[in-house]
Amino acid sequence: MARMKFLCDADRCIECQACVTACKNEHEVPWGINRRRVVTINDGLPGERSVSMACMHCTDAPCAAVCPVACFYTTDDGVVLHNKDTCIGCGYCSYACPFGAPQYPQTANFGTRGKMDKCTYCSGGPEPDMSQAEYVKYGANRLAEGKLPLCAEMCSTKALLAGDGDIIADIYRERVVTRGYGSGAWGWRTAYGDTVTV
Amino acid sequence: MTYLSRLFVALSVVLAFGLSAPQVQAQVNPTQSSVNEDAMFQALGGDSAVVSGRVTIPDRGAGTLISPDNKSWAALQGRTLHTLSIWAVIGMIAILTLFYLIRGKIRIDSGMSGRTILRFNWVERFAHWTLASTFIILALTGLNLIIGKSVILPIFGEAAFGTLSAYGKIAHNYLAWPFMASLVMILLLWIVHNIPEKLDLDWIKQAGGLLKKGVHPPARKFNAGQKLIFWAVVIGGAGLSYTGIMMLFPAEAGTQADWQFYQVVHALIAAALSAIVIAHIYIGSVGMEGAFDAMGSGEVDENWAKEHHSLWVEEVKATQKRNTTQVTTPAE
Repeated sequence: MARMKFLCDADRCIECQACVTACKNEHEVPWGINRRRVVTINDGLPGERSVSMACMHCTDAPCAAVCPVACFYTTDDGVVLHNKDTCIGCGYCSYACPFGAPQYPQTANFGTRGKMDKCTYCSGGPEPDMSQAEYVKYGANRLAEGKLPLCAEMCSTKALLAGDGDIIADIYRERVVTRGYGSGAWGWRTAYGDTVTV
Repeated sequence: MTYLSRLFVALSVVLAFGLSAPQVQAQVNPTQSSVNEDAMFQALGGDSAVVSGRVTIPDRGAGTLISPDNKSWAALQGRTLHTLSIWAVIGMIAILTLFYLIRGKIRIDSGMSGRTILRFNWVERFAHWTLASTFIILALTGLNLIIGKSVILPIFGEAAFGTLSAYGKIAHNYLAWPFMASLVMILLLWIVHNIPEKLDLDWIKQAGGLLKKGVHPPARKFNAGQKLIFWAVVIGGAGLSYTGIMMLFPAEAGTQADWQFYQVVHALIAAALSAIVIAHIYIGSVGMEGAFDAMGSGEVDENWAKEHHSLWVEEVKATQKRNTTQVTTPAE
């Protein structure tokens, strides 16, 4: 089985926000929720870089460790998913996540956050694959159709890579060797314990 | 200097720059000098650093790219506090069971007298039971958030546990307010009776007579043990209220790290106070004969009162005597 990961090659990202838009459109993401976002570091300074970030589908996911109702589960592909029927919207996962992935449809006080929403790696939730119930709660299930996440698939500069961790790490490594530089596999050390070394 | 020589100098300057400039560009690739993740974390101060930047969406908080330190809180909440809360509850129940087996129920040495004396009026009992009932629900729903997934989930299954926890969260959020109101009530009602005094030292030295039959150190309305419960509830309750409000209104709490701090303090106080209250419930019900009446009907047996609150009984009797003399003696 593949171990699915995301890798954003910041030296290629041109901050076009197409991944963000594609994700919103593919999954009919509610207003105010960004399952994926682009963050620009050192904005306007020499060496500025943009990183497209979503749920990194961590090994030993911290969100799962703090969830009081144990609604998270890791699929055979290494994708971290959650059950919206069990979620009580306590917000703990959003404080445990190093990447700011968990978000809530409501931001009212008194703990009324609604059910948590985050990137599903385009692979839905616990409902039957590609069912209407799954689509309404989690969006499209491209993985079940044999496709990779749309954000990475349509990335115009192929900055955002999705797929088996070993394969995308090799692609990134080759790029760094060929062009002679690389700003690193952002978030890998935090999410998977080890970064891509060249 | 002639016009020609000026022109020559100008040309040579232009030539010198014009020729050398492409060479410099060929040596340094500006895109190469990018920010590097590892270097950036090191420069910002290691794992506790937070890498953030600019986002174009309205949610400015999304500008935080990576905060690895959140994992430390996840480990603390998910493992340490989980284990600690279980042991606080199990530990106290074990101690009390052991105490019950060795000491047994504490009886009234001189037996029931049949005469009663008012210990807590209805306002005091109302405040106590509002505080007690809300605290029990808050403690159970709070404990459920920490240990429910390893205790209740395997028994009831995911669907039932999810529904239970969702209602539990609503109960926890809303019952916090009557809890806080009754906390203020008991503070105002009982603070005068709970000021520590020299008498309390003797009570503590004799362990309140808890360990030996027939030992009854003198006490006023509240003995040193009850004073400790009072202050634990007032201070712990205030701490729970403050940290709880911060958790309910995350925008007031400040940064993520601040919220995480409040959550840890909330869980620690809750575990400690739950253990203390379990002991309080024990001694007020099965642990001691005649004790429950104080909060039940409000009337306690006179012999119970004489044994456990000797000085308070004297005070009450003296007041009663004064009152009756005033009433029966006609004004002249």
